[in-house]
Amino acid sequence: MFRSLGFRGGIHPPRYKNPTADSPIEVLPPPAKVIIPVLQHAGPSASILVKRGDRVRLGQLIAEPSSPDSAAVHSSVSGVVLSVANFPHPLGAHVLAAEIENDGQDLAVETAGVDTPWKEAAPQEIVRKIFSCGVVGMGGTGVPAQVNLLPPANNPVDTVIVDCTGCEPFSVADSCLVKEHTDEILTGALIVRKILGAKRAIVVADSSAADVASSLSDACKDEKFRDLSVAVVKPKYPQSDEKILVRTLTKREIPSGGNPADAGCTVHSAATVLAIVRSVLSGTPLYQRTLTAGGPCVSTPKNLLVRLGTPVRNVLEFCGTDLQRAKKVVMGGPMRGSAQAELDAPVIKTTYGVFAFDTLVPGVRNYNCIGCGRCTRACPMRLSPAYLMRFVDKNNMVDAQQWGVEDCIECGSCAYVCPAKINLVHFMKLGKYRVKNAAASRAAPGAAA
Amino acid sequence: MNESVSESPQPLLHLSTPPHIRQSESVHTIMLSVLIALIPAFVASVVFFGMRALVLTLVCTAAAVGTEALLCILFRKQLSTSDLSAVVTGLLFAFTLPPHLPFWMGAAGSVFAIAVVKMAFGGLGNNLINPALAARAFLMVSFPAAMTSFTAPAHGTMFGLSRALDGVTEATPLVYFKNALATGNFHPLDLQDTIGSLLVGNVGGSLGATSGLAILLGAIFLLYKGIIRFRTPFFFIGSVFLLSWIFNGTGDVFSTEAFIVPLYQGLGGGVMLGAFFLAADPVTSPMTPWGRILFGIGCGVITFLIRRYGGYADGVCWAILLMNFCVPILDRYCRPRRYGERKKRE
Repeated sequence: MFRSLGFRGGIHPPRYKNPTADSPIEVLPPPAKVIIPVLQHAGPSASILVKRGDRVRLGQLIAEPSSPDSAAVHSSVSGVVLSVANFPHPLGAHVLAAEIENDGQDLAVETAGVDTPWKEAAPQEIVRKIFSCGVVGMGGTGVPAQVNLLPPANNPVDTVIVDCTGCEPFSVADSCLVKEHTDEILTGALIVRKILGAKRAIVVADSSAADVASSLSDACKDEKFRDLSVAVVKPKYPQSDEKILVRTLTKREIPSGGNPADAGCTVHSAATVLAIVRSVLSGTPLYQRTLTAGGPCVSTPKNLLVRLGTPVRNVLEFCGTDLQRAKKVVMGGPMRGSAQAELDAPVIKTTYGVFAFDTLVPGVRNYNCIGCGRCTRACPMRLSPAYLMRFVDKNNMVDAQQWGVEDCIECGSCAYVCPAKINLVHFMKLGKYRVKNAAASRAAPGAAA
Repeated sequence: MNESVSESPQPLLHLSTPPHIRQSESVHTIMLSVLIALIPAFVASVVFFGMRALVLTLVCTAAAVGTEALLCILFRKQLSTSDLSAVVTGLLFAFTLPPHLPFWMGAAGSVFAIAVVKMAFGGLGNNLINPALAARAFLMVSFPAAMTSFTAPAHGTMFGLSRALDGVTEATPLVYFKNALATGNFHPLDLQDTIGSLLVGNVGGSLGATSGLAILLGAIFLLYKGIIRFRTPFFFIGSVFLLSWIFNGTGDVFSTEAFIVPLYQGLGGGVMLGAFFLAADPVTSPMTPWGRILFGIGCGVITFLIRRYGGYADGVCWAILLMNFCVPILDRYCRPRRYGERKKRE
């Protein structure tokens, strides 16, 4: 039916997708208490507006964006603010968060969409609405939506890409969203296209999820969606990374260090587009999201609609997880997610999955690199991870930079295939950190000394 | 329910950078596959050179593994013999030896390979050059006579103990070729009958390198499993073929004779074993696609030059060792163009 598009490199992890692929999205009952961090996106933290003892409603703004590349944060329950303090954050550190006790009544604030119908509204007005609703890239990047919707004038965007493949091999929440909310997501694609004045909008599905692709193409036969086209990509990780998607679909490459707009494209995940369309049409703030809960410790893997701020413990317990057996809990996906030290870490806007593992993969080097070159073949960015690892290990940052350590997208393909079980992603992260530090110390030599 | 958090203490959770899933393939399984791929050549060596080949192989392998274990214990390192790389080194080293070599020489070579070439540089993955070949080179310069007297294969009996032990020596196909070319008494059609023997392996030569078919069988298995990649061996063998065809010694490129020479050169000596098992050794070969191509071509060209103009009948060992030293520079200049790499500004 479709010609599937592919790319060079990448890996084929086992299809853990299957247990949850066809299960509908269930609603996780809102927890008794939520922890809502002010930082749930890539960019500056939002500034907190509530204090201990305040009564908040569902969808109330509790932290306002501190700059144009920040994002608003809203309450996901109605109730009383118990405290504003540092709480565990999925990305590791403790971050300022509001702890809110749920009164169970879900008293919502009044919301309204864009005043004029979106087809007539000015792009700036629509983006302002999206900004006020705190929409961020929900496929894991966490880039606030307005950043990608207002590209610089000298970089006109002609292609809008809506990614319905799901960000990772195990995470299927996005495909479920697409199946259950096809019309909304396609409308969202049209809204994004209108905001950017783009020529075309491409909706991307994965050829392993034939039902998603067919429901999309059926919907696109409708008169109102005739401006959209559907593309199918081969099921190969990381096919949904924005750089890889842009290359696969348009044959253009995002220049090193640039963003998709430099290649005339913009990439949004299905979940982001759904959040955008809801904020534009009804003004619904982003206070809940869908995610996949799974992994070997989880007895009933599920796709769940979860209020933001729900501790990961509640998500896992709802799916019948044997927490005594769990050795590693990951928020995000198994290829890119971050391992959790505490089960109190809350679900945030970028949490597309929660996984519990009962086995460990080596976290440090096991064998020496044998130079087999599997990483070089697997790297979708055509880097040479084994060499980068050696450069970073020996603190040879000149070579590391020349060989493109900063271009690494940290997809984890290299570490996945490495027969020596070297944690290559760790070295890439370390390399980026050192390059940044070296640049900073060059800029301010006195400060570094 | 949500408040009863601390009734049973949660076991500590592990932290690590992603990815949290890994492929099952490891260094150990790779080495195991290489060992499996060496079985046909091993069987062929026992069939053609008798029990002596078997014992020599065992001695070399045992010496290699023993040396590695001993060094690990002496220097209080984690015992690394379980990755099987020492077994592979010992086995490959034995395969490059004349079947009649004294056992102690084989053992000394294995000790050299592991202690000096591999472990002194930091163990598996850190050696610059292939340990098996370096050890062979070490023996070549230390005991040239013993290293160049090749036993004739035993015919007729399955385990031709008597003949192989008698040590009837025979000129290897390459020595024969070289002498014929030097004396001007060169008739490629005479070589025609030898091609079949070269494929099967019942000719004089290094104990694991004579049987082209057995090596090919193992190589196909490794290629199928993706453990070796086609580039290095293909361009290695290809360039040996091409050069021996163009410079075939008869002065005519399109005659029947002209096509016998490259077949003879490709199957005789160590090209097959060298290309598939020694040049394709991941540690000492390039990682980049173009690096692998150039590495293979370099091996082939040097092999041809040594065979034709050098002092040795077979140049595979030296060719691979020389190219091993070029690996870092090959990879540096063959780095693939990255995704989104900007053109260098002046």
